[in-house]
Formats: sequence, C-alpha cells, structure tokens
Amino acid sequence: MVLDKEKVVRVRDTKFLDDVIEIGEKIFPEIDKVRTCIQCGTCVGGCPSGRRTAWRIKTLFQKAMIGLKEEVLDTDDLWCCTTCYTCQERCPRGISTTDTVRVIRNVAFREGYAKKNHLFVCSLLFKFGHAVPINEPVKELRKKLGLSELPPTVHSYPEGLKEVNAICEKTGFKEIWEKQWKKAQEAQK
Amino acid sequence: MADYALFLGCNIPNRLPHLELAARKVLPKMDINLIDIPEFGCCPEPIGIQELSRDAWMAMAAINLCLAEEKGLDIITLCNGCFETLRTVNTELKNDGHHKEKVNKVLSKIGKEYKGTQNVKHVLEVLYNDIGVEKIKANVQKELKGIKIAVHYGCHVLRPSAILKTDDPFQPKSLDELVNALGAESIPYLRKMLCCGTGIEGIDKENQLWMVHDKLVQVERMKADCMTMLCPLCYIQYEMGQLQLKKEPYKAQFKVPIMYYPELLGLALGMDPSELGFKLHRVKVDPVLQKIQ
Repeated sequence: MVLDKEKVVRVRDTKFLDDVIEIGEKIFPEIDKVRTCIQCGTCVGGCPSGRRTAWRIKTLFQKAMIGLKEEVLDTDDLWCCTTCYTCQERCPRGISTTDTVRVIRNVAFREGYAKKNHLFVCSLLFKFGHAVPINEPVKELRKKLGLSELPPTVHSYPEGLKEVNAICEKTGFKEIWEKQWKKAQEAQK
Repeated sequence: MADYALFLGCNIPNRLPHLELAARKVLPKMDINLIDIPEFGCCPEPIGIQELSRDAWMAMAAINLCLAEEKGLDIITLCNGCFETLRTVNTELKNDGHHKEKVNKVLSKIGKEYKGTQNVKHVLEVLYNDIGVEKIKANVQKELKGIKIAVHYGCHVLRPSAILKTDDPFQPKSLDELVNALGAESIPYLRKMLCCGTGIEGIDKENQLWMVHDKLVQVERMKADCMTMLCPLCYIQYEMGQLQLKKEPYKAQFKVPIMYYPELLGLALGMDPSELGFKLHRVKVDPVLQKIQ
C-alpha cells in the first residue's frame, strides 16, 4: 500500500473492531475470538497468497485492533486473500481467521470500498442469473458436443432470474451495489 | 442407481462444456443418475458474492436448496465453489434456527420455504464414499498403467474442514486413491496443497499467475504425465495459466495436460477418447492418450 504523504496523522476509530464483531457475530458466533490474536504469525507462514502478494492477515488484524479503519478497508490488500482457509485450520488460538476477513470485506462493501471486479461479477449475476454467463462460441461448442445449446439452468428458465433479483432487492444487497456500481463506472469515464 | 440433482454451476456449462459432457457420460456408468433441475442458477459464487453481502449470498443459495427439496433429491456438485457455497449454507441453515428464520423470511417473498431435508455432496464424496474405490477398481476395463498423475484437490472441497467434513484438510487421500484405482500412479510433489489463486484473479492477476507457476514447476519436476482435479476453476487456472505464462515476465513453457477426473475414469472404463471432448483441451492431451493406447 502506498501511503498518502499528506496523511501523516493516522485517523483511529477505536470502535472499529467492536463494529466488525457486532456485525460478524450475527453470522459467525465465535468471531470475537479475533481479540485473542497473539500475532504469532502461523497464519502468514502458511498463506499461499502471501508467498507472492503483500497480503499479511495478521497485520490486518493488528490494524483492526488499534482502529486504523481506513487502512484496513481502503486497500487492495484486503481483497488479496484467496479464502483457502489454511490459516483458519492452523490458528493456535482457534480464531476464525478467514471468516473474519469475510466479515471485514462485508463491512468494506457497506462502506463503499468494494473493488470494481467484484461489483462486475454481481452485475452479471443480476443480468443473467450466472456469475459466469454463456457466450456465442460456447453455445456452438455445446451443440458440437451433442449437449443442449443452452444449459438446463436459469439460462433456459427466465423465471429463476426474477427470483434471484427479488431476493437481492429484499436483502438490500442490490441497493448498496447500485450506488457503488454507478460510482465505479463514472470513475472509469 | 442413486438419483442426484445435478448442480452444474456457471463455469462448467458456460465455459467448459467438455467437462459437463464427461460428467454426463461417465457418472451414470458408475450408477450415479443425474437429474437436471432447470431452475438452478448460480450457487452463488462464494468469493465475489459472499464477500459483499453474506445475507444475500445465503438467501440465493437457499433458493437452490429449496428446489432440490421440492424434488426430494440430494444435490451433486461438479465444482468446489458450488460445493462450498451449498454445503456451508445447508449446514448453517440446518443447525442454526436464527439463520433459518431470517432466510425463510426473505424466501417467503418468492413463495419458498427452506426445510432442511436434503444433503449436498461433492462428486468426490460420491465417488469415494458412496461408490467406493473397490467398485471402481472392479469396473476398470483398461488400466491406465504407467501414467503418472499429479493430483490437485482445490481448497474448497477440503476447507473449512469443520463444516465441509470431506477429508483431511492438509493430508487428503481420497482423490489419490481414486486415481490409483484406475491403475495410474498418483505421484507426490512439493506444493501439492498450494491454492490455484482464483480468489485473487480479479485483484492481482500477475501474482496469481506466479502462484500457478509455482505449482506447475513442481509438477513438471516430478515428470508427471498430467494433472487431475475436480474443480473447473482450478482447471481454468492451470490450463489457461499455461498459455498466459508463456508471456513476459514469466517466459515459462509448460506442457502439462490437465484432466478432469471423470475423463480419466471414462478412459479407464473403456470409453473411446472420441466420445469425450478432448479436442476442447487448450493444452493437448495426446501424449497421455497415446500412452494409454
């Protein structure tokens, strides 16, 4: 992460970890164990992403503990966990490490820090019902292989697409997504 | 014959139709009856969607679970991503009344209700636990003698082990045994448990390709004839990855054929290679096929 030179004073939000845990507890009951992290580094030692990228999960937890909210949420690093769960299996404190990252990413999305690629995947899901929709060349390949041109999925059953969209509206997911998607597209222009 | 609702997901039908063909042709030969449910959509994707809104992700997965419940079928998935999503949501909804109540409130909007009567299984579990190594051995017509195979499990069929409960999270043996059952040899290699990196593909493609590179180097070092796996996302990374790794800054010339396990199973059961979609493999599999002939 490149630090902004003007940002010499780090803004601390001491309630940040409390907020994360409050949201997380509704999903993963034992998420508050993250407070017991002793920074031993077992997680970083086995991290496949960390072999190559700048992702250090224990640093993320430390920053969250001291309340460096923006440094946690507004970086590419947060999205560099592949969610392979190696660290969660190995943590000597039994912390749900990967699940905690997932909760922090959920918080980042709510606060408007989601990455464009993730928002794009959602746009495909809303439009086609598939995160990876079919295209013309694959339709041809399917026919050549003797399979149905469109797979027997929501692609050939448009009613299913309506249901997916109804659910995303009901949970409030689509509303938050729309705002950020618009912002991301404007930024590109 | 055991009936299963076939959950195709996104990548197999929409990007890798030859894997769908292999599953449809080979699995029924092992008494697995695949039934299509056309209302199935995206699982949804466990990284892109779950990371943004776990509530919406859970509710969407619950739609798929409800569809299987209506038909009274267990789900079989061909993809680690679909498996992680559906197994996790199914387990959490079954065990946690609070989650179930919340999801059912959302589902009521489209007139559905999750009950928790069905199970979700990965094709690996069905082959290893339900069919079993012995039965597969007994059905082999043409042993894949002398083929050295590097087995890749993929993360989300094994971990988080507390929920998925498929095999040992770090020293699994199910797929190795399934490979050995065909007469081929599963070889040990360094970085066997290294993740393919799909999860960071959209964030840091350059380093993700280095992760693919790190694994392929070890596979080639052990002179493996091919790699095998049961996840279309890992499949794409290792196959397309080899083409992308030819460019700067990697400059690596890998030629490791990538086989989906049902394809190997089909060959061992005596199917002719022309019946399966080997032409669609981006890294040619001919050296493996010649060795089998």
